[in-house]
Amino acid sequence: MRLSFKMMAFTAALSASVSGHALADESVEVLHWWTSGGEAAAVGVLKDDLQKKGVTWQDMPVAGGGGEAAMTTLKARVAAGNPPTAAQLLGMAVNEWSEQGLLGDLTEVAQAEGWDKVIPDQIKQFAVHDGKWQAVPVNIHRPNWLWINAKIFKDNGLEPPKTWDEFNAVADKLKAKGITPLAHGGQPWQDDTIFDDVVLGLGGPEFYKKAIIELDETALGSDTMIKVFDQMRKIRGYVDPNFSGRDWNLATGMVLKGDAAMQLMGDWAKGEIVKAGLKPGVDILCVTAPGTEGSFLFNTDFLAMFPVGADKLDAQTKLASSVMSPAFQEAFNLVKGSIPARSDVSGDKFDACAQKSMADLKAAEKAGTLMGSLAHGHAEPASIQRAIFDVVTQHFNSDMSSKDAVTALISSINAAK
Amino acid sequence: MSLSKRLGKIMPAIVLSPSLAVVTLCVYGFMAYTALLSFTDSKMFARFDFVGWRQYGRLFESPRWIIAIENMAIFGTLYIVCATCLGLFIAILIDQRIRFEGVFRAVFLYPMALSFVVTGVIWQWLLNPGLGLEHMMRELGWTSFTFQWLIEPNRAIYTIVIAGVWQVTGFVMALFLAGLRGVDTEILRAARIDGAPIHKVYTRIIIPALRPAFLTVFVIEAHLAIKSYDLVVALTKGGPGVSTELPSTFMYSMTFTRNELAVGAASATVMLVTLASIIIPYLYSELRHEPTT
Repeated sequence: MRLSFKMMAFTAALSASVSGHALADESVEVLHWWTSGGEAAAVGVLKDDLQKKGVTWQDMPVAGGGGEAAMTTLKARVAAGNPPTAAQLLGMAVNEWSEQGLLGDLTEVAQAEGWDKVIPDQIKQFAVHDGKWQAVPVNIHRPNWLWINAKIFKDNGLEPPKTWDEFNAVADKLKAKGITPLAHGGQPWQDDTIFDDVVLGLGGPEFYKKAIIELDETALGSDTMIKVFDQMRKIRGYVDPNFSGRDWNLATGMVLKGDAAMQLMGDWAKGEIVKAGLKPGVDILCVTAPGTEGSFLFNTDFLAMFPVGADKLDAQTKLASSVMSPAFQEAFNLVKGSIPARSDVSGDKFDACAQKSMADLKAAEKAGTLMGSLAHGHAEPASIQRAIFDVVTQHFNSDMSSKDAVTALISSINAAK
Repeated sequence: MSLSKRLGKIMPAIVLSPSLAVVTLCVYGFMAYTALLSFTDSKMFARFDFVGWRQYGRLFESPRWIIAIENMAIFGTLYIVCATCLGLFIAILIDQRIRFEGVFRAVFLYPMALSFVVTGVIWQWLLNPGLGLEHMMRELGWTSFTFQWLIEPNRAIYTIVIAGVWQVTGFVMALFLAGLRGVDTEILRAARIDGAPIHKVYTRIIIPALRPAFLTVFVIEAHLAIKSYDLVVALTKGGPGVSTELPSTFMYSMTFTRNELAVGAASATVMLVTLASIIIPYLYSELRHEPTT
C-alpha cells in the first residue's frame, strides 16, 4: 500500500516537474472527489493559486460522486499512518474525524486572517472543534431547491408551487396532461433529499430541528411525521415508472429536455443546466422547495487538515489561507455552482439563482433557520443518517403505510445510536 | 549428502514458504482479525473495546440484514437449481454428437469470460423498461407488453437470478459435459442392448454417474452465490429501495459508508461461517477418498 502511494507521489512530482514547476520546493497533497468536468475545473483554480505561492499541488482525486470511494481510500491511508495534507470532507465527516483526534490545527492562521468574522456560525461548528480550526469551508450548497422547466409551466399556465399542497395541485394537473411531474432518481440520498424538503416544508424549521437534528422522539413520532410520509407517498405517484437507480444528473436532463416538469435537487444541478446551454433562472426556474422559503438547508465541502510535520506546515497553512481568500472563494464557486462560504464576497458575478441563494443565506442566518442537510451529511453521523435513509427509501419503494414508516424510523434510529 | 542434494531436499520448502506465509497472514490472519473485530465496538477505525456478542445482536435486529438473508435464500436456491438444471440440459443436448459442437460449447461458455459487472450492466439495459425488452416489444407494435421486474421491489431479486444464471450456466454445462464424456460407454451399450428407453438410461445410469460433477457444481455455485456482490451493484445497486440487498452489499455499506466497522465484521463472520459449513464437509469428503501416500 505504502509503496504504491509513494510511487503515485513520485509520478505526480514527476509530471509536475515536466510541466515546469520543479522550482517549488513545497507541496500539498489533497484527496478529493471533484472529478467531473466543472468540479475538476474548480480544483484547477486552487492549483493555479497555490502555484503562484510556490506550492506544488499533488492531486489525489478518487472518482465516485458522494465520495464513498474517496472515504475508503482516506481511511486506508490514515490507518497506514500516511495521511494526505488535506482531504475533502462533508460536515459530519469532519466531526467524526475530529472526534478520532486525527485532524490538525489551523488556529494561528485563522486568527491572523480573522476567519471567525466571515464564516456563519452553523458552518463554523463543523470546522472548529474545541476552539481549534481544523478544516476550511470551500463552498455552500443548498439542497432545498425546486428546478422547473419554464416552458412546460408557461404552456400549461402553471405557477411555481409555494407549498406542498400547491405542489400536489400542479403535479396532478401535469399528470392529467400526460407530463411526468417530477424527475427523480431512485437512490437513497436522492429520496432523502426530497424527504428533507418535505419535513422542512410541512413541519417548518423548528420541526426540522427537533426531528432531524435533535432526533427528538416525540417529534419523530408525531402526526406531522405521518403527514410527511403521506406526502412522500404522493410524490411517489408523480415520478415516472422508470426512476429506480437513476443518477441525479440524468433526472436533471429530463427536466432540461422537457421530459419532466420539475426536480427537487441541490444547486449542483446548475452545472448540468449551464452545460446544456440553458440559463438558470430563465429557461430553468429555481425556486425554493415547496414550503421551505425562509429556511436554508446547507451542505458544505470542507478541506480538513491532517497533522503534518513542521516541514510541511507552512505549505498546509498556505493551502488553507488560499482556500479562505475571497478571490478563490469567488472563482471556485462560480465554476462549481455553489456560493462562497465567506459572507463578505460580492455576488455581482453570480447568476440569478446563486444571488438568491446568497440573499436567502443571510436572511436564514439571522432568523436562525440555517440548518444542516440530512441527505448531504450535515445533520447526523453516517450511521444514523443511513438508518434514516433505509426507512425513507424502503417506504418510498413499497406500499408501507405512513404509520409503519414512522415506527420503523424510530426503531431504525435507535438501533443505529 | 552433497550440497545440491541437500538443497534439492529443502527447495520445495523454500519455494513454498513465502506464499504460505502470505496466505497465512493475508487470508487466515485477516479472517481471524475480522472475527476479532466483530466482538469490539469499532466504528470508523478498529478499536479494541470488547462488547461480546452485542454486534451480532444488532446485526440480527437490523431489518436490512433480515432482507439480505431472505434475498440470499431466494437468490441462492433459484440460482443453484436453475443453473444446475439448465447446465445439465444443455450438456446433454451437446453430448448428442452434434455438428459444430466446439462452436456451441464456446458460445455457451462465453458469458463466464465476462466480469460480473459487465453482465450486470448488460442485463440492466436489457431489463430496463425504458430501454430494453419492454421498450423494444412496444416499438415493434406489442404496446401492452410489460416486463418491469427490474423496478418492482418484489420482483427485482429475480432479475439478479436471471443474470446470474445466464452467466454461470455455460460453465456448469462444461463441467457436466466433462462428466458425461467420462461415463463408461460399455454400460451405455449394455443398456441399449437390453432395450432400455432413453430417458431411463439418463435417470438410472448417466445422472447417477455424474454424482461427483454435481458435487463440484454445487460447491462452485454455492460460493459464487454467497459472494455475489458486483452483480447486484451493477444491476440494481441494491434497489429498488433495499429490495435486492445481499449480505455482501450489506457488509460493504456497514463497513465503509456507515462507519459501523464492527457490525460489518459481524456480518462478514456470519457469511464466512455459512460458507465454511458448505465447503468444509465437501473438502472433508473429497480428502477422505484421496489415497494416503
